[in-house]
Amino acid sequence: MSSEVTTPESAEGWTQVLTPDRGWLDFRLGELWHYRDLAFRFFRRDFVSSYKQTVLGPLWFVIPPILTTLVFTVVFGKIGQISTNGMPDFLFFMLGVTAWNYFASCLTRVATTFTSNAGIFGKVYFPRLVLPVSTILTNLLTFAIQFGVFLLLMGFFWVRGAPISPNWRIVILPLLLLQMGALGLGIGCIVSALTTRYRDLALMISFGTQLWMYASCVVYPLSEIPKDWRWLFILNPMVPIIESFRFAVLGGGIVEIWHLGVSAVLTAVLLFVGLVMFNRAEKTFMDTV
Amino acid sequence: MSVVIRIENLSKRYRLGSIDRRMLYEDLQRRWAKLLGKEDPFAFVNESRKTGTPETKEIWALKDVNFEVRDGDVVGIIGRNGSGKSTLLKILSKITAPTEGSAMIKGRVASLLEVGTGFHPELTGRDNVYMNASILGMTKAEIDGKFDEIVDFSGVEKFIDTPVKRYSSGMMVRLAFAVAAHLDPEILIIDEVLAVGDSAFQQKCLGRMSKVAREGRTILFVSHQAAAVENLCTRGVVLENGQLKFDGTQTEAISYYVNSYTPHTGDLRERTDRGGRGQIRFTAIEFRDREGRAITSAYAGQDIDIVLHYENNAPHIVHPNLFARITIKTDLDVPVFVQSNLYTGDNLGAQVGESGAFVCRLERLPLPPSSFRLSCLICTAPLGGVVLDDLDNAAELPVEGGDFFGSGLLPSVHQGVALAAGHWSLEPSAVGGTPAKSEAACS
Repeated sequence: MSSEVTTPESAEGWTQVLTPDRGWLDFRLGELWHYRDLAFRFFRRDFVSSYKQTVLGPLWFVIPPILTTLVFTVVFGKIGQISTNGMPDFLFFMLGVTAWNYFASCLTRVATTFTSNAGIFGKVYFPRLVLPVSTILTNLLTFAIQFGVFLLLMGFFWVRGAPISPNWRIVILPLLLLQMGALGLGIGCIVSALTTRYRDLALMISFGTQLWMYASCVVYPLSEIPKDWRWLFILNPMVPIIESFRFAVLGGGIVEIWHLGVSAVLTAVLLFVGLVMFNRAEKTFMDTV
Repeated sequence: MSVVIRIENLSKRYRLGSIDRRMLYEDLQRRWAKLLGKEDPFAFVNESRKTGTPETKEIWALKDVNFEVRDGDVVGIIGRNGSGKSTLLKILSKITAPTEGSAMIKGRVASLLEVGTGFHPELTGRDNVYMNASILGMTKAEIDGKFDEIVDFSGVEKFIDTPVKRYSSGMMVRLAFAVAAHLDPEILIIDEVLAVGDSAFQQKCLGRMSKVAREGRTILFVSHQAAAVENLCTRGVVLENGQLKFDGTQTEAISYYVNSYTPHTGDLRERTDRGGRGQIRFTAIEFRDREGRAITSAYAGQDIDIVLHYENNAPHIVHPNLFARITIKTDLDVPVFVQSNLYTGDNLGAQVGESGAFVCRLERLPLPPSSFRLSCLICTAPLGGVVLDDLDNAAELPVEGGDFFGSGLLPSVHQGVALAAGHWSLEPSAVGGTPAKSEAACS
């Protein structure tokens, strides 16, 4: 069943016209809305099945970020002596890791949309964007759990008098999450569209995301970068986002409006390009698997 | 009655070979070479070097197909393997886009190319019903309204909140079919896989679907089985090599389809429509009687040898687990039986040499008089092996009347496509006092 999206032929009463070409900008968002229940179903399926039959169950949502944070605290904080602008090392790294993980898993999971769902895509039609959207919902929930744990730990540090100053700016977090989701979706769509032709990109993506993390102020603050080179970092859309995260939650970091502006413009461009490429790839993807 | 599907000049081209699984760096190298005016480093040797454009192999799976479907039609789309019916189905289901032409559709479409798409073993029956139905396009409100009916129909009420990984495979299929049977679109597209099989439950589903058809819904039913089309459909179209060859009533379409079959004659070596890697190739197929004399037709109940002659291009490779299989089908492509050394436990030996023959002895040929077709396959191993050669319709096997049962009598192929040896007896009830009944034999 398809949605009742009206087409130019609707004068004749045709509800769907299947032709070789479809407009570049025809994202059929109305159809996506019609299938919103399905996005929720995929979300639920992924979430429920991800920890079934594991020994530690839902604990798996919080173990990886905490262990990563401990490693970073030891390696970069204690051994590397990287400055954290006076914030407790553990909180500094954990916030960066939690935010980065959300973005990275959006990106990698969206990037494999076509290849890992070829079975379903070959048997039934639904707007293919449903799957990337549900992936982002799943990751949002994972983020919420991890962030909850972070807040508990932060409360603990705060009571002990650590120099952190949570403030009203925390209200911008939903916007930052939305932007990271959009960025992950955009780049993920570009990669998944390309992987339908070039399979070796799939191997690059998890490796590339790792490297990208080290360029994104996760393990060091932007203030550690010499002033002359900061503009280069601002071109990485993730840098202002991570810095804003720390600024809003812990109260330290360099955030300027124009940094966020550059990041938002880049996100919008990448999202747009991603949607166009995804849209083009989904029509004939099944011919190349 | 108005037109609900209009298909105009619909064509679909597939490229074979070079487009698949390309590496990004190959593409970049090609571009780089072109920029420098050098030869394409990945060009095939036989490609024309003047134009510089690689000649990829192309196949038109569909070519200029035109037809219309009216409201309430139940159309059977008939064709052999590779005739383009699956491609047509995929285009109408929006799984892939056409290369040329268009298809216009009026109304809500549901297409069933598989049952149970999206089932996840960790989810409960209830969650899977919602999952599967949403994938097929139902909204939550629609599923809520039909949920009890679906569960009733499937007969797994008791286990509906149990993860389906604990279900028997039968229960899982019943649940999946129950969802499929409760789709109520204006246009339903069904693949034949749903109609084959013999369980009473599948009949129940087909029954419900044909009820839907009688209510005036439009159904497109794809099949290469004449019997199913005859029973379900009111119209038939025949596809052959991607082209529409016939459009009329279902009975006319079936008779066109049956009469259009031309067996492959000549050397099997010239066949290009074969699968497999090709180190071993079937070259000819021969039938022999018990005494080893070549025969052109067999009779029911005869012991025959099916001799699959082959050539081996790579005699140095040892295949210790060689797996050979033949499939006998009716002239309407219905499989009757398969026979393989996997089932008999015979080993075909490791050294196959440069040429030779695999011989399959069939005892008391269980086929009624008719014309049958033989397909053959050879793999390096039965499980996870590499297919070496795969030929559909490799030979025709005409079967004449024979004394299969020892009585000289035979049923016709229209009553059943295979014969079964057996015998009958009467078993009177042994309980004292009650009169003997002959019910046992009838029940």
